[in-house]
Amino acid sequence: MSEKVLLSGNEAIARGAYEAGVHFASAYPGTPSTEILENVAKHYSDVIKCQWSTNEKVAVEVAIGASFGGARTLVTMKHVGVNVAADPLFTLSETGVNGGFVIVSADDPGMHSSQNEQDNRRYAKFAKMALVEPSDSNEAKEFVDYAMSLSEKFDIPVMMRIGTRIAHSKSIVGIGTRKDIPIKDYIPDIPKRVVIPANARVLHKKLEERLAELKEFANSSPLNKIERGDWTRDGKKIGIITSGISYQYAKEVFPDASILKLGSSFPFPDKLAKTFCDSVDEIWIIEENEPFLEEELKLAGLGDKITIGKNKIPICGELNQQIIRESILGEKSRTPNIDLSELPARPPVLCPGCPHRGLFYIAQKMKLHGTTDIGCYTLGVIPPLNQGETCICMGASIGVAFGIGIAQGKEVGKKFLSYIGDSTFLHSGMTELANLVYNKGNGVVCIMDNSTTAMTGHQPHPGTGRTITGEATFKVDYAEIAKALGIKKIVQTNAYDLKEIEEALKETTSIDEPAVIINRGRCILLDWKKLDITPFRVDTEKCTGCGLCLKVGCPSLSKDPDTGKAVIDELLCAGNHCTICAQVCPFDAIVPAE
Amino acid sequence: MSTTSIFITGVGGQGIILASELLSDVGIRAGFDVKKSEVHGMAQRGGSVVSSVKFGEKVFSPLISPGEADVLLAFEPLEAMRTLHYAKPDGKIVVNLRYVMPATVASGAANYPENVFDKIKAEVPDVVVVDGVSLAKQAGTVKAINVVLLGALSNFLPFSEKDWHTAIENRVPKKYLEQNIKAFQLGRKTA
Repeated sequence: MSEKVLLSGNEAIARGAYEAGVHFASAYPGTPSTEILENVAKHYSDVIKCQWSTNEKVAVEVAIGASFGGARTLVTMKHVGVNVAADPLFTLSETGVNGGFVIVSADDPGMHSSQNEQDNRRYAKFAKMALVEPSDSNEAKEFVDYAMSLSEKFDIPVMMRIGTRIAHSKSIVGIGTRKDIPIKDYIPDIPKRVVIPANARVLHKKLEERLAELKEFANSSPLNKIERGDWTRDGKKIGIITSGISYQYAKEVFPDASILKLGSSFPFPDKLAKTFCDSVDEIWIIEENEPFLEEELKLAGLGDKITIGKNKIPICGELNQQIIRESILGEKSRTPNIDLSELPARPPVLCPGCPHRGLFYIAQKMKLHGTTDIGCYTLGVIPPLNQGETCICMGASIGVAFGIGIAQGKEVGKKFLSYIGDSTFLHSGMTELANLVYNKGNGVVCIMDNSTTAMTGHQPHPGTGRTITGEATFKVDYAEIAKALGIKKIVQTNAYDLKEIEEALKETTSIDEPAVIINRGRCILLDWKKLDITPFRVDTEKCTGCGLCLKVGCPSLSKDPDTGKAVIDELLCAGNHCTICAQVCPFDAIVPAE
Repeated sequence: MSTTSIFITGVGGQGIILASELLSDVGIRAGFDVKKSEVHGMAQRGGSVVSSVKFGEKVFSPLISPGEADVLLAFEPLEAMRTLHYAKPDGKIVVNLRYVMPATVASGAANYPENVFDKIKAEVPDVVVVDGVSLAKQAGTVKAINVVLLGALSNFLPFSEKDWHTAIENRVPKKYLEQNIKAFQLGRKTA
């Protein structure tokens, strides 16, 4: 018997890539997908070449090349990353693959760490890729090899769609061995891989033929299973159709019902679905977010028996067993007797010692406006810093600020800041900056350079001078980029020096041309364990209780309810490595604890 | 047997993930099917964090719904209040004594609720309050609060002390092992 271990879905997919003989893997970090590539790099980089690409589109394009070059290839990203990567994906379905090509889309139902909850099963259909949906870690591992084989057999990219509860839930996985898959030859094939219209017209027809074959194949796929049960309601035999994590929720509530579990859900296995529908009296479709299976069933002409679908199960939010019980059976869950809305909220906050805090504090003090972007610094919007009035998607801060300036005039535009992290700037900020200069905009682009991709757990990027495996590589110079794109006013600031930041902001917001501030400070968590920290304390003789220090929004600072004076939690405080609150205090009341 | 569900709650950075890892390890060691679930990313920056661990002969959903938790293990009293309804009415609550002020309270925008422990008991009577900070300090490191709390939790779960020790040995670096074993034992004695 194989060894059994507890793995997250992400760890299992990394293992699956290893066992499936994958040769290359690429990604841009994004919750909940990040740990897939981290685990590939950590455990299997001796046999799987891997890279953090600068963005998801780049990751897919390098992966396409690797597939054309004959390698089994895995590319992973969060759901909104697929928006960035959509362009090459739609064409890859036409050209087809050489080595197997699998893209993992890690969706985030419930938006635990995302800006929307788009259901990327729709992308598989839209881009005409095959779709597989594992329902636990073991399937996540096993499906990688299945998807690779499917991709090679039908000459098509395959999307593996998971969600947060597959990616970050752990369940038991049986460990296997690595398949020996040789890298195929690279043979140029211009009619197949150069999508000029004359070729693309032929390729589209061929793609439709392959999809028809895939549909037939899905009817007998081992991933699509009927589990026979004898559960009835009001004398009627109930048949549940479900996929992915929703299967687990359905099974928990209706363990004895007949279930059609779809692991290979697009192209939709219509004949298998008909067999299933014919064997029961009512069809219940239990799926999270969009009515994907429901629509497919209706399109197959099998919608007559559906009594429960999105008429009962909500489109919004994450599904769970309780929502199923409540929406189908009318069973109420335990509700709190306390009014939860009266409890003080505990939103995520910038860490003690965070290098983003100082600039946000000064911008807030100077009453400047700003747009923000995707990363830890998005947390600057939370009071008391209140920095960032829009947040749309990766890289959008610069374009949106520019647009506000166009609408409201140059005087408004020049005092508008765009907050963008170093990794986000490299992901999609450079084209924005070129556009700003080219089209004669103004405003201040603040590159919040903390030398890492912090929010997703500290991945290196081209600005860090390190690759995914820790190898030294070229380190991007943001000032040189800004200069080359045409920015004349470039100011580099120490993220922990409030005076320097204030001067930089005064200078850059008073000119009539675009400016860039590169605000440098390493993410405090990168070094936390090795830092020799002397925390700060409040000298209660000097503290007047003015409350100014509380405006920096540091979790280690609070107001003593008895004295009204500030107190510092020395366990949390980054002290001598931060000093922001001490710089803010007009009475020199914040001093080293020793 | 039916599924046993442990709902763990607290504040990002308190060692909740390691605690749920250890608990899962022990469950597997005892021969159960185990699933655990939590959320990474933005939620972990000092915000409320929850983790679910379920074990039994066969576990389907990795999530715990309101009213399903056999034990609510709370690293922070306010977070216990926020998630009390996840416990079965006749379930148990193991809660750490120490408050962690949310940013909203620290900035003076909100107040920390009064009589927290009385309010918890009014909802779920079977409550064990653990002075995690003092016991962890007594064990030699304040960072071992999570293991102290697991020690307290262990009294209500069908796992041997030996399995717990093995799980801790496998997860904790050698130089901190002795402190963590002591932390576990101190926790186990309090409940």
